[in-house]
Amino acid sequence: MAIPTLDETQFIDQFGPHLNYEPPGGWVEHKQQGEAKLVKTLCCFCGVQCGIQLKVQDNKVIGFEPWEEFPVNHGMLCPKGIKRYLQNEHPDRLLAPLVRTDSGFAEASWDEALGRTAAAIRKIRAEHGPDSFAVLGGASMTNEKAYLIGKFARIAVKTANIDYNGRLCMVSAGAANKMAFGVDRAANPWSDIPLAKAVMLSGTNLGECFPILTDYVWRARDNGAKIIVIDPRMTPIARTADLFLPVRPGRDSALANGILHVLIERGWIDRKFIDEHTIDFDRVRDLVKRYTPEVTEKISGVPAASIIRAAEIWGPAPTSMLLHARGVEHQVKGVENCLTYINLVLATGRIGKPGSGYGTITGQGNGQGGREHGQRCNQLPGARDIENPEHRKFIADFWNIQESELPHTGLTACEIFDAIEAGKIKGLLSISFNPLVSIPDANRTRAALDKLEFYGCIDFFLSESARHADVVLAGSLQEEDEGTVTTGEGRCVRLRQSVTPPGNARVDWDILKDLAGRLGAKDHFLYAMSEDIFRELAAASKGGSADYSGMTYARIEKNMGLFWPCPTWTHPGTPRLFEGGQFSHPDGKARFHAFEYRPPAEDIDSEYPIFFTSGRVVSQYLSGNQTRRIGPLVDQYPEPLCEMHPLLAARLGIQHGHLVKVITRRGEITVPAQVVKTIRPDTVFVPYHWPGKKSANLLTNRALDPISKIPEYKVCACRVERIGSEPV
Amino acid sequence: MITTNDQFFIDPSRCIGCEACVQACMECDTHRGRSMIHLEFIDRSSTTQTGPVVCMHCEDPACAQVCPADAIKQTDDGIVHSSIKSRCIGCSNCVLACPFGVPHYVAAIDQMVKCDMCFDRTSVGKKPMCATVCPSQALFFGTAEEVVRMRKERPIQEFQFGEQTVRTKVKMMSSPTADRMDFDIMEFMPGAVSTMVDIAGLSVWEEPHGKHG
Repeated sequence: MAIPTLDETQFIDQFGPHLNYEPPGGWVEHKQQGEAKLVKTLCCFCGVQCGIQLKVQDNKVIGFEPWEEFPVNHGMLCPKGIKRYLQNEHPDRLLAPLVRTDSGFAEASWDEALGRTAAAIRKIRAEHGPDSFAVLGGASMTNEKAYLIGKFARIAVKTANIDYNGRLCMVSAGAANKMAFGVDRAANPWSDIPLAKAVMLSGTNLGECFPILTDYVWRARDNGAKIIVIDPRMTPIARTADLFLPVRPGRDSALANGILHVLIERGWIDRKFIDEHTIDFDRVRDLVKRYTPEVTEKISGVPAASIIRAAEIWGPAPTSMLLHARGVEHQVKGVENCLTYINLVLATGRIGKPGSGYGTITGQGNGQGGREHGQRCNQLPGARDIENPEHRKFIADFWNIQESELPHTGLTACEIFDAIEAGKIKGLLSISFNPLVSIPDANRTRAALDKLEFYGCIDFFLSESARHADVVLAGSLQEEDEGTVTTGEGRCVRLRQSVTPPGNARVDWDILKDLAGRLGAKDHFLYAMSEDIFRELAAASKGGSADYSGMTYARIEKNMGLFWPCPTWTHPGTPRLFEGGQFSHPDGKARFHAFEYRPPAEDIDSEYPIFFTSGRVVSQYLSGNQTRRIGPLVDQYPEPLCEMHPLLAARLGIQHGHLVKVITRRGEITVPAQVVKTIRPDTVFVPYHWPGKKSANLLTNRALDPISKIPEYKVCACRVERIGSEPV
Repeated sequence: MITTNDQFFIDPSRCIGCEACVQACMECDTHRGRSMIHLEFIDRSSTTQTGPVVCMHCEDPACAQVCPADAIKQTDDGIVHSSIKSRCIGCSNCVLACPFGVPHYVAAIDQMVKCDMCFDRTSVGKKPMCATVCPSQALFFGTAEEVVRMRKERPIQEFQFGEQTVRTKVKMMSSPTADRMDFDIMEFMPGAVSTMVDIAGLSVWEEPHGKHG
């Protein structure tokens, strides 16, 4: 039973989050710093992966300098990137392995911690079968670690149940990309955005979640582009958009169908492109006949005139870029939403050209690369399909195992927690994942963690999930290891080790290598350095759709990143896919998909009459295990607020600053109200970065998209009550 | 490396309120974790509009004029510096006098602080920190030719506050037809009618009872 043995206050006293405000050694003027070196590397946070120079002295990160030569961000950074250096010498940093005792945790030797972990894996595997032990990875990890954890799970643990937190992120977009185009990658480099004359941003709070891309969008506007933003909230990027469509939560596929209706009616489609390069357009044309502006308005809450205006901007534009993110992807029809939006791109034939195309904006640092190298339950390295006999044979041969030894499709991240709840999975090893904060319906997640016979956790801070662990293995921060990540535009970039792990902490891949050895798989994990793992994953990807086989560390560094596919040592990489209308399906054609709108898994009713939706703020990142420890970021937005429109607030007798209770069928949280005119009056919003009683994921619905198994974070039903008579 | 032709331009219409500028300003070696600039939420109840507030470096700075201790100096390059520590008496005259709301009084050190356009960076050929990191380039440091070529808005440096004309070194991006900005104090008084767009006015508001769609 993995039940925490301290209370909340005791955990916070010992392991934080404490707030760090100053670099190691305090504020020292440059003159006195002496020989600080600058390490050219990347930010550890979102999928833009900005170049940054970390200032390093005496094996400590003491600050940063912008890196203006890096081609993606040219020195620009968001507040998270600026302050990320405050995590290295943080007082909460785990410096040694920990084992659970009756009163919290005690430091242990690596031999004891790894020995206990290996023994628990062996015991659970022997008693309940290999699939009763699950492994969870993360999309903030390097390509090297993403590859290694997949191989570790399948060869050392021998389980099918390996998945990752990217399952909570953009898998619906990935699945849609494969269905429409035959490959899962953004179709264009970001540098195509400023060349577009129409930019449609659907369900992306770009200014707060991917701030650096704002400059790309504004440069498009400088060049004459019209910007369309689709969101239930008027986010910073929406404020000055040419057209803002305040969509009702969970209605996105209807809206896209409605826009396509007008495009077809007005003749703003590229018939030649459709005929030569796509199939199934007729089915979509027949479907969207029903989605007149009036019908679409009724479903989506967007005025008919605005739907027509969107078509008027999108239809005749000579070039265009469609970008979407979690707003449309985090739904039980996430795949359907993405595909209906992709229809708008295919119908106009504007893809595979400079300034024309499409992309999903991956949220996590290695959201793209993290989903290509085999840490997904249904995938093998090189973005191969785990049920394709040829793909299985290639990887089994490559790994020097029998094909029959290679596990088949396992459970996805949320399903793994369902299986723990059902008693089918007894043991768990996680890395770079804080499920207690990030998985919907957190009360159930907590009960599931409590129920585990064994929980091992590799992390650099003691996350809220790690409090449940039997063994905590002190791993490495991004800047403590060498490696590569692949950004949201498909560019594989190189990050550098700036410092070595502090104290007795170890680099993550070395922990996994050691553990694999203790599970009898030593010969499969003979790596001396990260680059050995990269060489192996590049070779493993050869012939797969995400082909890295022509990449080396040296080539990536020299080019400041290489776009896959890059199949030979002399191949320049592929920044833009689908040039000449050539798609990755065997017949070379893209697919339209006709999806009728269907409502969310939980819609509003008289008992729960308000839509609940969730998302990020600019100063925090994901479950906050890193950013809730950085003082200046916490000060910027200290606690979750419940955004609501004054019309709704008035109806509920709520004023700005009142404490309000937000209640769904799964749980309730109490937070202050922020009364603003920038959100739909039928919707409330609470950001999700916080744990415990302030966790938005106590409220959210763990209903899954049937294809991608992404949960429906972005829409469920709630009611809101005022607490107390005076605003706080 | 920057050149002597490089200038500072502000365009609040591009600002996304991320505070990268403020967070980065704290990191300057000499600032010791304190920002010399700030971000204004214009009226968060109505809009996500924000405005980064860096010093405009007035040609004839009101802050220096009203300083009883002669603590605020302007150098030949037009930079209006933060207060000289040994002179500043913390009276806040400058805070009250500045038409742009730039200087701040910090009780902990009993001093006024304000932006000096990163004198310690520009003097060694680097761009000011805030304009380097700004993800929306609402804060831009470059040549007038660049900004005219790249953007439709027009840089202006003359501001009219009632009877008083203020000329600044830092330029504000404005509409293509504007030569200067006029401020009417009534627009800022209680009861002034907000021109901010309300999302409820854009959407089709329905009673939240019963099922939709």
